[in-house]
Amino acid sequence: MLVANLKKELELEVWERLDGVTDPELDEPITDMGFVEAVEVTDARKVRVAFRLPTYWCSPNFAFLMAFGIRREVMALPWVAEAEVLLNDHCFGDKVNEGVNSGRAFTEIFAEYCDGARLDEVVETFLAKAFDRRQETVLLGLQALGHEPAEITAMTLGALRRVAFSGEEELRQLPRYLDLLLAQGLASEPQDLAFPTWDGDEIAPHELRAHLTKLRSTRINMEFNGALCRGLAKTRYKEVEIGPDGPQLIDFIAGRVPPRDEGVTAT
Amino acid sequence: MYTTKDGKEIFVLDGHTHFWDGSPENQANVHGKQFIECFYAYHTNLSPPEQLWEKAKFEKYSEDDIYRDLFVDGPNDMAIIQTTVLSDFYKKGFGCLERSNEMAKRHPERFIVNGSFDPRDGEKALEYIHYMKETYDISGVKMYTAEWNGDSKGWALNDPAAYKCFELCDKLGIKNIHVHKGPTIIPLSKDAFSVDDVDYAATDFQNLNWIVEHCGLPRLDDFCWIATQETNVYAGLAVAMPFIHSRPRYFGEVMAELLWWVGEDKILFGSDYAIWTPKWLVDQFMDYQIPDDISAERGGVQLTDEIKEKILGLNAAKLYGIDVAAKKAELAGAPVQIAAE
Repeated sequence: MLVANLKKELELEVWERLDGVTDPELDEPITDMGFVEAVEVTDARKVRVAFRLPTYWCSPNFAFLMAFGIRREVMALPWVAEAEVLLNDHCFGDKVNEGVNSGRAFTEIFAEYCDGARLDEVVETFLAKAFDRRQETVLLGLQALGHEPAEITAMTLGALRRVAFSGEEELRQLPRYLDLLLAQGLASEPQDLAFPTWDGDEIAPHELRAHLTKLRSTRINMEFNGALCRGLAKTRYKEVEIGPDGPQLIDFIAGRVPPRDEGVTAT
Repeated sequence: MYTTKDGKEIFVLDGHTHFWDGSPENQANVHGKQFIECFYAYHTNLSPPEQLWEKAKFEKYSEDDIYRDLFVDGPNDMAIIQTTVLSDFYKKGFGCLERSNEMAKRHPERFIVNGSFDPRDGEKALEYIHYMKETYDISGVKMYTAEWNGDSKGWALNDPAAYKCFELCDKLGIKNIHVHKGPTIIPLSKDAFSVDDVDYAATDFQNLNWIVEHCGLPRLDDFCWIATQETNVYAGLAVAMPFIHSRPRYFGEVMAELLWWVGEDKILFGSDYAIWTPKWLVDQFMDYQIPDDISAERGGVQLTDEIKEKILGLNAAKLYGIDVAAKKAELAGAPVQIAAE
């Protein structure tokens, strides 16, 4: 039997891995969004992850992508023998659960529900939006630090890495922006331009303002979803009750456990 | 009627309201339960705390409730009731044309009840459009492209079956097509909130007005582009409105985009009652200004009193052929009645 401490440690490892799964539409980790409901490691080193989306009606294609993302991240841990992913309370939940746990390939499952088409195009569309949003944060951060348009558009990857940002959002998005640049092959060497467009084009200094306007409209859309989803997730998760054995790890991570001092009021 | 601090009277035509029955007795299955719960989550999540309703009232409110919330406590002069049938989820339908008309009969001068149809019903849809026109003389319809119908889990405005229906609407003078974009389910390869089909339909039916509810959010950029190209595409503010309270800066960004791209003559107020009540929305809207830095990014657009008046009522009145001066006089002769309690 796994000792309780080891079990907790392994579960924490899973939680950390799950930070690598994002909601494609929001470009936020599903753990930050509070979507992950439970992580359990059994004696046989089987991992069960349960998640729930803000509403019963959230787009099933994104639900599929997140479910497969969870599976991918969990299986990447060397000690995991088996992974089971469970999507709760969703209009397409049965099909998602069956698909992700069937052991069949991602593409095969999708072909069935896509009239033979592939999901790549949707994935690509949302990756482009994620790129825009991350880039906007970094660009606005540079502007706030007093960098001129010509300086920004000519900035190399090496120079960007040396900039000392202090804003919380810039510090959070910069590594995510760099990851995406690298993953997409848009910039990898220190002398490469740090701010190409998603299509790989250079931005001229006089075009920077127009470029930022475009990025802003992408963000406005994503924020609408983000604000709505966070709020709805919060409202929906209110139903979740803390079990008879007291709060578990997940309850602390999800912020469901009230601080000790606040539990009692004078009334 | 909303009266400004200077005593100016603003005509309010609420472009998007419902009279629904989402009660457990009417739910046909788990989808019906989840549907009203989703609405309730929107309500609890985006309303100011003092505006919250109990679940049971939210599921099914009375004829007196809607009248009081819209016209007695609320600033509305008129309201458009949208029909949302959801017959796969509710035994007697969620928001029905018949039930809404029965309710509206008490105050016909204040309500416009829009119909609805499902193009996937084929010939029956066409017959039903005739029936709605003859029985209720509808001037608009609400389309919900994500609605389920048997095996189908969604449809597009430019499907051939839908075009047949719109041809008939055009012929019968049903001019106003309100479109709700919700997440479609299948095929998964499609962007579930895509508004591309609005572009096709609006181009092919120039005589019809296409009012896209919640202004195409979360695809505002695509929507703005389409609305700029097409003169007959309008933005409905339902669901965007309550952000004025919870995220006022963000609301300013959305309004700045809409004013810049779509323009002040093509934006329509909607409370989405009973998800939200119009009183607090209109009060906050009349007091609202787009923050200067956001406005500056969009050529200095601002919500002036004149523009607010258009958005709150004049724009919708034009679409629905309402003579505002005559209507004001008519309503002044039949002031709101407060039911004896």
